[in-house]
Amino acid sequence: MSAQSPTLPSVNPGAPSMKKRKRRKGNWSKFFHHPRAIAGLIILAFFVLLAILAPVLAPYNPQANIFIPLQPPSWQHLLGTTNTGQDIFSQFVWGAQTTLMVSLIGGGLSLIIGLLMGMYAGYRGGWIDGLLNSVSNIFLVLPSLALLIVIESYVKGTSPLIIGMIIGLTGWAFGARVFRSQTMSLANRDFVVAAKLSGMSDLRIMFGEILPNMSSIVATSLMYGCLGAMLAETGLAFLGYEGMSTSSWGVILYMADGGGAMLSGAWWWFVPPGLAVALVGTSFSLMNFAMDQITNPRLANSKRRRKSRVANSGT
Amino acid sequence: MSQTPVLELENLSVAYDTPKGPVRAVNHVNMKIYPEEIVGLVGESGSGKSTLAYAIMRLLKGSAFVQEGTIKVLGQDMYKMSPTELRAFRWAKISMVFQSAMSALNPVMTVEQQIIDTLTSHRKGITPPQARARAEELLDLVRIDRKYLKNYPHQLSGGMRQRVVIAIAIALEPAFVIMDEPTTALDVVVQRSILDQIQEIQRHIKFSVLFISHDFSLVAELAQRVAIMYAGRFVEVTPSQRLQEAGHHHPYTEGLLRAIPRLTADEVTIEGIPGNPPDLVTLPSGCAFHPRCPVATEECKIALPPIYDTPNGLIECHRFAGEKVVQHV
Amino acid sequence: MRYFLKRLGFLIFSIWAAMTLNFILPRMMPGNPALILFGRFQGKLPPQALKSMELEFGFSHAPMIIQYFQYLGNMVTGNWGISYTYFPLHVTSLIAQYLPWTIGAVGIATVFSAVIGTFLGIWIAWRRNGIMDRVLPIVTMFMQSIPYNWSSFVLLYIFGFSLSWLPMYHSYSANTTIGFNGPFISSVISHGILPVVTIFISGVSGWIIGMRSNMINTLGEDYVTFAEAKGVSPRRLIFSYAARNAMLPQITSIAIVLGSVVGGSILMEQVFSYQGIGFLLNNATSSEDYPLVQGIFLIIAIVTLVLNFVIDMLYSRLDPRVRTGGAN
Repeated sequence: MSAQSPTLPSVNPGAPSMKKRKRRKGNWSKFFHHPRAIAGLIILAFFVLLAILAPVLAPYNPQANIFIPLQPPSWQHLLGTTNTGQDIFSQFVWGAQTTLMVSLIGGGLSLIIGLLMGMYAGYRGGWIDGLLNSVSNIFLVLPSLALLIVIESYVKGTSPLIIGMIIGLTGWAFGARVFRSQTMSLANRDFVVAAKLSGMSDLRIMFGEILPNMSSIVATSLMYGCLGAMLAETGLAFLGYEGMSTSSWGVILYMADGGGAMLSGAWWWFVPPGLAVALVGTSFSLMNFAMDQITNPRLANSKRRRKSRVANSGT
Repeated sequence: MSQTPVLELENLSVAYDTPKGPVRAVNHVNMKIYPEEIVGLVGESGSGKSTLAYAIMRLLKGSAFVQEGTIKVLGQDMYKMSPTELRAFRWAKISMVFQSAMSALNPVMTVEQQIIDTLTSHRKGITPPQARARAEELLDLVRIDRKYLKNYPHQLSGGMRQRVVIAIAIALEPAFVIMDEPTTALDVVVQRSILDQIQEIQRHIKFSVLFISHDFSLVAELAQRVAIMYAGRFVEVTPSQRLQEAGHHHPYTEGLLRAIPRLTADEVTIEGIPGNPPDLVTLPSGCAFHPRCPVATEECKIALPPIYDTPNGLIECHRFAGEKVVQHV
Repeated sequence: MRYFLKRLGFLIFSIWAAMTLNFILPRMMPGNPALILFGRFQGKLPPQALKSMELEFGFSHAPMIIQYFQYLGNMVTGNWGISYTYFPLHVTSLIAQYLPWTIGAVGIATVFSAVIGTFLGIWIAWRRNGIMDRVLPIVTMFMQSIPYNWSSFVLLYIFGFSLSWLPMYHSYSANTTIGFNGPFISSVISHGILPVVTIFISGVSGWIIGMRSNMINTLGEDYVTFAEAKGVSPRRLIFSYAARNAMLPQITSIAIVLGSVVGGSILMEQVFSYQGIGFLLNNATSSEDYPLVQGIFLIIAIVTLVLNFVIDMLYSRLDPRVRTGGAN
């Protein structure tokens, strides 16, 4: 089975650094000092602030079509106006709120489902594992956007909240797979065996012993989940499934597509939202990259491997 | 001796670059190994044994580098060769059996392919039938059934894999083979049979061996001379038959000797050496062994002892002050 | 052989699961939107279309379990119903008309990104600490995060609208005759470039990053050092020893990548009005053509699942440990 499991770079089951909690704390402090993690955090913080401060920052009502249509960026309208005379900057700022919220709901929900499915399957083993693993394998390979579109075609006129939840309900499979293999390797470690022998309940072992030792994978998985949810939301909104009453970044792209931004040369209409999605996505990837390097030293630097060989293992 | 040594280490130091500056894993080591000789190298984990082996092979990776000294194999400086020369020289004259046979073999290639790769890399004119014939011959030599040629490493047992690695190491009949803990990962019975095999092949092909191990009894039995490594230094180089002379060796050597389980009439005695091997970054002053040494004096904390030529071998310990001091081993 | 049967079993099981999902979804929705629609169409559609909708959306009065088996039987025998926006065309014939475009564009883009990405990844890992190694991961991270619909938009704006180098919409020019003739083929190629590039941009970065980190891991393995020691030429060392092993995890991750590429293609096709299966799906959902929506979802699921099966088989060819059933 191990040979078939997907090994994306972020998946690093049984990384030596997860053995002890002391090391784990070290990982987090390393994470907050890693230049790429810091860069990622700064980018993310920028957009999160934008989202939180939307009511203050947005100069106009994003829906009000009261301005001269299709103006290029100016001091009056930082990102210009749409073909119906709406202020794009106001839409963009409010869009940050919607998009990041959907991203967090989708990513968070898929993390929770993936974690529960994966940990339970990996811990219990046997036929339960076989069944849960087959189910997540199917969800893993089914193209999720196609599934989302089909679901959306039945559930008409949804709100961003529901979109986030649907994304979460369909996007947990990869996380489940990672947590399953991680739980399987942790379940055989001494401290888990000791906890079992001491009569600790399964639930307490799973959440008290195993889960804390997967914290870096939980973080990585959440970031991947949020990235995936954001891209899914952008796609669905672009296809017109989010309704026009909200202004997410995907909706702006949808309006730009429908409003002929292309043929009127209004680049200021469609460039900002896509760029913002890509930047937030990059910030997640930067943080993941940093986490990878910390938990898998070989990636960071081939030099370190030899050093540790001398320092602690075989010579 | 007038013969050219197969291996000549002169004042060799190997270090690792770290954020705190270079850390020496091998510290001013001198050694000559002569044709057909088997020399043992003993030390605890982290004493620098493997680093020395990789340095001799010019296979140091990452931040490790030869800081000082020279390494000559059959009179040729390993570090003065061009990459092409090195590729032709290495394995034809000097080869190495890696510690873990499990990971030394490519999992996606058959045993035969991996042996033939060795042959064709060095003998350009060799035809496929010749290479296959040689691969079969080599398997015969290490006593593996020829049918395993078409198998993949994971289909072989641990002992068989190690035999394959040995077969690859002797494929070009080198003059010198480094064996880096070749039997450590194996169970005792397999260990025994592989050691017998190594001795048999060695008698047959007549190469010299540097046998690295942390198992003193194994080395004492196999080697004519034994070098004892502690914190990157050779603290003693002694003929194996003199090892029984208790009280006349480096205190560390004696500690290791006492640590060998001895089966007497009705009890098993094992004694360990108190303390842990030192951290290479913060080596103790003077003789690095002094914090663990039962006979250490004030002098040991201050001054690094010279190497004394004693009747029992070359020993780096103040205890032998008065014996002849030598520069080179 | 055991491996083959196991994977085949999973293939059949997962196709069955996709069909069942298709059956359950409309019945799970509050008020069953298809039923409401069905009511609207009564009398306007010919009886055979209504009959097939009846079966698919549970308007039949038969017990659920009978409906289910009737539905499964229809799916297996290729009776996927009739589209009512494209009436009287069968869902299957519509799919047959649109699917090749998607397979062509996605296939070409995936092959290009796999091959180029793998070589770039190998190259970067081999020459570590070069400028490329520092810059490329960040560039690829950005590329991976670009939404497909946005990259299509930007490419279209630059090369289609501003520079007018390439045609902007559709998969071929309307004034050519479909067939094996020069004008048609060149029109297909010029219309296909931007869609293929869109998918390539997002796809290639994953290959580079993945291959780079796998290569770095593999280059640290003892068997690579051992091979280097025994005198294997650098070329052979990189490809036969390091890259051959580094590629294995890459192949297994195609499965996951495939899903997102198909999703990306749906968005790309919408922007370019490229007449592929995703474009058809968007049309079907906006006109509430449920038989067609279901058929398209099913075909997308089947194609991805079958491709996964093929990849698994390919993987077992490349990794003897899977083929011969050994552990590590």
